[in-house]
Formats: sequence, structure tokens, C-alpha cells
Amino acid sequence: MSALKTEELIINMGPQHPSTHGVLRLEVTTDGEVISFVRTHIGYLHRCFEKHAENVDYMGVMPFVDRMDYVASMYNDFIYAMAVEKLMEIQVPERAQYIRVIMGELQRIASHLLAVGTYGLDVGTFTPFMWCFRDREKILDIFEMVCGARLLYNYMYIGGVSKDLTIGMIEKIKEFCDYLGPKIDELDTVLTYNQIFIDRTANVGVIPLDTAVQYALTGPNLRGSGKKWDLRKDETYSIYDRFEFDVPVGTGVQGSVGDCWDRYWVRVQEMRESLKIIKQAVNSIPEGIFRADLPRVLKPPVGEVYVRGEAPRGELGFYIISDGSPKPFRVKGRSPCFSAVSVLSEIIPGNPMADAVAILGSIDIVLGEVDR
Amino acid sequence: MDTNQIHSRLEKKFGSAIIALEEVKADPYIEVSADKIFDICKYLHEDSELLFDSLVCLSGVHYLPTHKRANGVVVEKPLFEIVYHFFSYSHKHKLTMKAVVSLDDPKIQSVEKIWKGAQWLERETYDMFGIKFIGNSDLRRILCPDDWEGWPLKKDYVTQEMYKHMRVPM
Repeated sequence: MSALKTEELIINMGPQHPSTHGVLRLEVTTDGEVISFVRTHIGYLHRCFEKHAENVDYMGVMPFVDRMDYVASMYNDFIYAMAVEKLMEIQVPERAQYIRVIMGELQRIASHLLAVGTYGLDVGTFTPFMWCFRDREKILDIFEMVCGARLLYNYMYIGGVSKDLTIGMIEKIKEFCDYLGPKIDELDTVLTYNQIFIDRTANVGVIPLDTAVQYALTGPNLRGSGKKWDLRKDETYSIYDRFEFDVPVGTGVQGSVGDCWDRYWVRVQEMRESLKIIKQAVNSIPEGIFRADLPRVLKPPVGEVYVRGEAPRGELGFYIISDGSPKPFRVKGRSPCFSAVSVLSEIIPGNPMADAVAILGSIDIVLGEVDR
Repeated sequence: MDTNQIHSRLEKKFGSAIIALEEVKADPYIEVSADKIFDICKYLHEDSELLFDSLVCLSGVHYLPTHKRANGVVVEKPLFEIVYHFFSYSHKHKLTMKAVVSLDDPKIQSVEKIWKGAQWLERETYDMFGIKFIGNSDLRRILCPDDWEGWPLKKDYVTQEMYKHMRVPM
């Protein structure tokens, strides 16, 4: 083939392009139709939350954390709150734990609905996108009723949550669970097992397991490559050990293990698992206080902590160093999307130009979290 | 293995390059000599008892005089800490490791050859602190523009006033 090598063409994808899911720029070198080299440029959404965090108190970091992964804010707050609680050895009340898990899993479904819907859009189908957004809207309605915000909640506080569930909320969530189950089945018929979709995504953008581990990929991207690893199960935190749920992994049913279809499929299955968790949680949620009694000014002891949890996009971690003052000395956010973007220049080359969009959509990144 | 056992294993192999085991609150860590970082990381990655196959997180920390480190020691000379968080899927154990470099010539060996994902993590640390990672194949700024001045996460950082004839909002 090298004898046929022609002049290469550099094409700029993004930063303003709908299929890049935010402001990401790919500098793509193509040889004919096939991509030979990719250079990824990020940083267009860089706000340096880590610097901000050093100048506010522990609770004041929460709104910044909200804005990392802005389609899964609940879960960011959840993990940040856990980190500070571990540092200060705060006991979170039972009811708050249940509320957190319910909200966290609802958020996971909302986030996966967005990922799956826009992925359909990326590969050329429009209807599932509208369906997913219709269902996601219902979750946002629930969040709005719970805390007043639809996107950036600031709902989880250190030591609990900011407000108790309003009257009738549990019924509302149960109703939603009954509603969503059949909708996911519907999504399966129109997208998951649609032959055109399978042809478009199976055997495309294969990430072998050792590459995934080398690049520290986590979450659905790692599980898509065949690793049965979920922090909720394997390094259980909060009250996840009380619930029954499975960890879906990619098996290469339609093509090979770790292809785009596997990653997509893992997300769809995870929505079903999250529904299971929510159903169990709403049936066993106890009455009680929703927030621990804490002093107004939080002063953790001198020390440091790294806490991680299974956010919708993978392992989100917070590394916090405390010097004993009311402000954190250093907060570092370990972003799953940052690692996921770094693998692009390894897996895209060798694929045709049209597949670049399919691969990019399948790793499901949110640039707010990549750039922080 | 817990941090204690890993520490004694490393000490047996590397001797004085392993400086201390600090049992601080919440998460203990091992401090090692920055010169030996590559060899130590290679050992962590390849030794059959350790097998740290994933570099989870890499962060920098900047201390000025009078700042207190996580082990309670007050800093006399400004310094950078480089913090590695490792995890092993095979043995399901984790480790926090730190190396200290001085501010005069902040550089440390890159571990990109061991974990490919380290390339971007190191670039981010370079971008935020100006620490040079010797051996990183593409050490450029990653989040800030290429011609940005200064290292934002240093404690004494002052934002530049103008950038490309635009006032930088404070």
C-alpha cells in the first residue's frame, strides 16, 4: 500500500462541531479516506476549578464540582461530598444515603440517555434522540421538584443532602421506573438491534483491554472492553452493597470485544441495572434526618484523601489535601473523560473519516469534565 | 497488600531511595526519591506481587514556606510534590506515592513508557506547575494556550494582565 501513498490532507474537526460533543478539536491527517494521524486539542472550556477551590471553603467547592460533568452533576457532588466526609469522619444519616443513591442512579440514567441518544444522532438516526430526550426530561422534572434546579443541582451537602424529599416524591419516582422500563425495550428495537446501526458500529473503534487499562479508561469504556469492574460493586461505597444489580460487560456479540457497539450496549444495560437499584431503594428508604449536624465552618484535620466512585462516565476521583484551615489546600479532580480523550489518538488512526465520529461518540465524553 | 507491606517490599529493593512511610490521616503514602522514580515505577508495574497496572491519577502540589504538608511538617524551602495514585486490577490494592522536586529546576523522569495514559497526566501537571517530565514524548501545554504565561496552580501565581491584546478578566 505504501507505494500508493498520496499527499496527506490535514482536516480540522471542531472545536465548534455538534459531533464533538462540546468544544473539542481534532487535527486529523488523512491519506485519502483513511485517517493516518490524530492530534487532540482540549482546553477550550478550561476554568481551572482547582484554583478556585483553593480560595473557597469546603462547601463552597460544591458548585464548581457541579460544573465539571454538567450532565451528571449529582454524581460529582456525591463523590466530592464522600471525599470530605472521609477526611472528616462524618457519619451520613441513613435517609440521606438512600436519597443520594436514588438521585445518583437517576442521574446515571439521565446521563446514559443523553449519551445513547446523541450517539444515535452521530451515526445518522434521529428518532431515538428525540425519545431519549423526552425520557430524560422526566428525570430532570424529578430533580427540579427535589431541589429546584434542572442541570446544576448543588443538592448534596457535606453530611447529607440540602432538602428532604417532598411529599409524594417516592410515588413519582416509582411511577417513572415503571414508565422507563418499556421505553428502554422500545429503544432496543429501534436502535440497539437495528441492523443498520449494528453495521455502523460493530467492529469499529475496537479498544483492546490492555490498551484500555494502559490509558486508565474506566466506566462503560472499560467494561465495553470486557473487564468486569464496577466500583459500586468491587470497591463498594455508600450503601451500594445492600442492592442487587449486575455489572454488564461487552462480549463482542455483534463484532469484537471492545467495539463501539459493545460500549453502547453496556450503557443501555446499565440503565436497566440502575432502574433495579432505584426500585429497591425507594421500597426500603427509611424515615429520619437527611443531614448530619455539622459546625458552620468545616475544618478537617491535617491530612489527605483520595476518594473515587463510579460516576456515569467512569471513575471520578477527588484528591483533597487539608492543612487544617477552613479552605482546602489542594483539590484535584481525577476525570474519567480526560483519560478517555487521550486514547483517541491511539484508536482513530487506520479508520475511515466517517468512523471518527462514531468512535468519538462511543466513548461519551463531556468536555466540561475534560477541561475542568 | 496494604501500604505498610508495599513499603517494606520497596525498601528491601531500593533501600535509601524510599524515604518514608507517612501514616497520615485518611490515606497513608510513601515518599520516594525523585531521581529513582522511573525504576521504582517500573518495579511497581512489573513485580508479580505488586502489578500496579493502572496509573489512576497524577497531581502536582506546590508548597511555599510556612505551608504545612499533609504529614504536619512545615515547609522551609518552596517545593513541588508530585503525587501518584496507583491501582492494581490483578491484586485489587492501591498505593499513593509522592516525590519531591525543588523549585530551582523542577524536573522528574516521565513514566509514559510504563503507562501510556501518563502522557496526558504529565502534560497537565506540566501545564499547571511547570514541572518538566524528562522523556515525555509530547510535553506541551494542554489546557492553557501554548503562549500563556506562568503556571496557574502555583500558590504565588499572578494572572497576566493582557493576553493577545485582550484584558484578562480577574
